[in-house]
Amino acid sequence: MDSALIPKGVKRCPFPQFILFIAIVGAVLLWGVYAMLLCWFKGLNQTNMNDFYGFALWIWADLAVIAVGGGAFFTGLLRYIFGKDDLKNIINYAVLIGFICYSSALLILAIDIGQPLRGWFIFWHANVHSMLTEVAFCLSCYFGVLTIEYIPLILENRQIDKVPFFHHLGHNMHEIMAVFAATGAFLSFFHQGSLGGVAGVLYGRPFAYREGLFIWPWTFFLFTWSAAACGPCFTILITKMTETVTRKKLVKDSAIELLAKISGWMILTYIIAKTVDTWYWATVTAPSQGFSLEFFYSNNSFYGIWILILEIAICGFIPAFILITKKGRKNSTALWIAVILAVTGVCINRWVMVLQIMAIPVLTFENWVLYFPSWQEIATTILPVAYGIILIAISYRYLPVFPNEPELNPIKTLPAEEEEVVEPPVDLEKELKPVEA
Amino acid sequence: MFPFSFEWIWDMGHVVFMGGLWYALTILGIGMTYCIIKAAIDACRGNDKYHH
Repeated sequence: MDSALIPKGVKRCPFPQFILFIAIVGAVLLWGVYAMLLCWFKGLNQTNMNDFYGFALWIWADLAVIAVGGGAFFTGLLRYIFGKDDLKNIINYAVLIGFICYSSALLILAIDIGQPLRGWFIFWHANVHSMLTEVAFCLSCYFGVLTIEYIPLILENRQIDKVPFFHHLGHNMHEIMAVFAATGAFLSFFHQGSLGGVAGVLYGRPFAYREGLFIWPWTFFLFTWSAAACGPCFTILITKMTETVTRKKLVKDSAIELLAKISGWMILTYIIAKTVDTWYWATVTAPSQGFSLEFFYSNNSFYGIWILILEIAICGFIPAFILITKKGRKNSTALWIAVILAVTGVCINRWVMVLQIMAIPVLTFENWVLYFPSWQEIATTILPVAYGIILIAISYRYLPVFPNEPELNPIKTLPAEEEEVVEPPVDLEKELKPVEA
Repeated sequence: MFPFSFEWIWDMGHVVFMGGLWYALTILGIGMTYCIIKAAIDACRGNDKYHH
């Protein structure tokens, strides 16, 4: 039915099967949309946020998707600025994943602010003393960059590409993509950093407070570093999951291994810096404010020293050591474990820097305050996941996201019954036009 | 916010924050304008240099 829209030289599942898949995931999406509408029409009393938790599950999800979405800016930086040509085989998917992550982050913020119609206030009535203003500026602009990077991929659709204006527009945008990629890297550096800076400047919260360089606490640099390190792991993880679901090899090993190697060294250097930062905070910064390390990990039913060990040792050093070794990168199981651990590690880091901060008592008469989100918060946090799956499914079906797919999965024979959904064999060299061509 | 807005103050914070925002938006705007105009010209001229 939709064979005219499917890229040439690739095979896709029958249209009814695709629609059924979209309908199932769409049901989850609708559940999230319902919860979102409840929050908008009835207000934030639909959540379990309170005076202790002004930031809650949404902000953790926001920081987490922004961190794992960092694979887009870092891969773009490596591809367009540092000239790592092998990454051209995965850059489209990195951009798509980044687009999903950042649009999800903006959606979550639109729910979290309670009155989205006043969302523009932060641009017009900007508080220039707030790191969150910088985050809002850079986040919005970078989403614009990701949209610009995603548009050429859409324009490569077989039918859209037939329109001369769109055909030329896509290629013109490719020609100056390095300018957009450089702008994206600049914006990402500051908004990733400022998200960490927000925690680091909280001198009333000894668990979060850090010293730093000029106006920037060390958390500013650690957040940017961790996003650049773990973001590519998320790109690899989603690529591997897509390959598993489609039962196809979609990206050449050389691209995956290069990205994994760079990510591994980034994680290793990051986790060493994080270890030094934690040690200095535990032995100098916190004691100078009258706190010991044990205070932050005891007298409550959830947060123990285990979370620190899990974040730094298990989800930090282990994936780093796997990814920096050639044997680890080439072993499929080890690679899966490494990228899962790395992504888990950065998500735990964001959890700790958002929610554990809120749980710890800061006044002598206070106790630990734990929090569990309402179903509306959970549904609206799952909403972006369903949205992401749908967008990936649509993009994979109708756009040439993976330039190597026809080469890695040649169509040998075409039974008559499949001709409706699969195009006849084509001269790959002549007909296919990967986005990077 | 622009310098002619009543809230504007000529200090480092406003210049750096708002200047950075305009700088980024200007680059994106000029880049996209260039691409769109060039694509329109190429399409009108039938320029076929990207043909596969």
